[in-house]
Amino acid sequence: MMLHAGHSLAIVGVTAVCTILIRAFPFLVFGGRKEVPGAVRYLGAVLPASIMAVLVVYCMRNMDFMAISHFAPSLAAGILVVGLHVWKKNILLSIGAGTVCYMMLVQMVFV
Amino acid sequence: MEEVQNGKGYIGFAFRQSVPVMLGYIFLGIAFGLLLQDAGYSFVWAFFISVIVYAGSMQFIMVSLMTGGAGLLYTAVMTFFINGRHIFYGLSFVEKYKKMGKACPYMVFSLTDETYSVLCGTKVPEGMKEDKVFFWISLFDHSYWVAGSVLGAVAGSYITIDTTGIDFSMTALFLVIVVEQWQEQRSHFAAITGAICGIIWLLLLGPDRFILPALCSCVVILLAVRGSVAGRTTKQKEEVAG
Repeated sequence: MMLHAGHSLAIVGVTAVCTILIRAFPFLVFGGRKEVPGAVRYLGAVLPASIMAVLVVYCMRNMDFMAISHFAPSLAAGILVVGLHVWKKNILLSIGAGTVCYMMLVQMVFV
Repeated sequence: MEEVQNGKGYIGFAFRQSVPVMLGYIFLGIAFGLLLQDAGYSFVWAFFISVIVYAGSMQFIMVSLMTGGAGLLYTAVMTFFINGRHIFYGLSFVEKYKKMGKACPYMVFSLTDETYSVLCGTKVPEGMKEDKVFFWISLFDHSYWVAGSVLGAVAGSYITIDTTGIDFSMTALFLVIVVEQWQEQRSHFAAITGAICGIIWLLLLGPDRFILPALCSCVVILLAVRGSVAGRTTKQKEEVAG
């Protein structure tokens, strides 16, 4: 139930402002300078690879190795994505096939 | 080349790059719209929230904050907790975005997980300006999210196909980017650091709290090896080490 439109609006506002502040933080700190510090430039070059690896772990965070239905679909579909991508290098194919495989596994095999 | 010059080429190229996000964002957006609709908020709210907040998982949590009448300070703390990881995206794009002038504020605002990863994986073709390509990709992604949210709030209950598991498209997108980065870079130190930090912190703190410490430790470790061989990737690294 929608309780108070005004309070809901305030919650939306606070969330929006905080999210923008978080995203803008590095720019507010380093963006104003003429020269971006060397350490930040270095991080700009190497950090993306780390971040993407952490994000993959983030996506798989709810895998539970105690129950096969809680890890097999992600693992199988994940291997398919990586394998297809190394082989064909086609982003849409890798993502499409991996997602369809995952959906079939969770909907039909490991229900 | 002609296509590139009249601007059409940019939109087409950016659109193709954004397609992997389209599926995920539209269906995730629909799920959000549905949830909001169930909580008693109309599609106007869905539109408005997705335009100005534009943060996937936080928007889902926000619905429960709204229905529960959560305090504003609590809301702020939750937001910093859940979206804190976005600081690191900006950190690696400071130099790039600074040069973008008028578009810069929008680029900073729209830097979500998925947009960040697509931008990381985009190789801008010869003759195109990176700025423009990045801008269009960001705008496409944002519009998918808004379109999905409104669709979910208006018509979500009529969707009958079972979309369970469609959220895997995000995982797949991230995996593809990891593979591409891996193949491009001479040193895999950064990627391996990320994976190991992620797994260790996940085991230590559990699924809800691990991501910020994991990202922080990556930054600390990468800074510690700066200048050594492990810290170098392929391009433009020579100047950095000095």
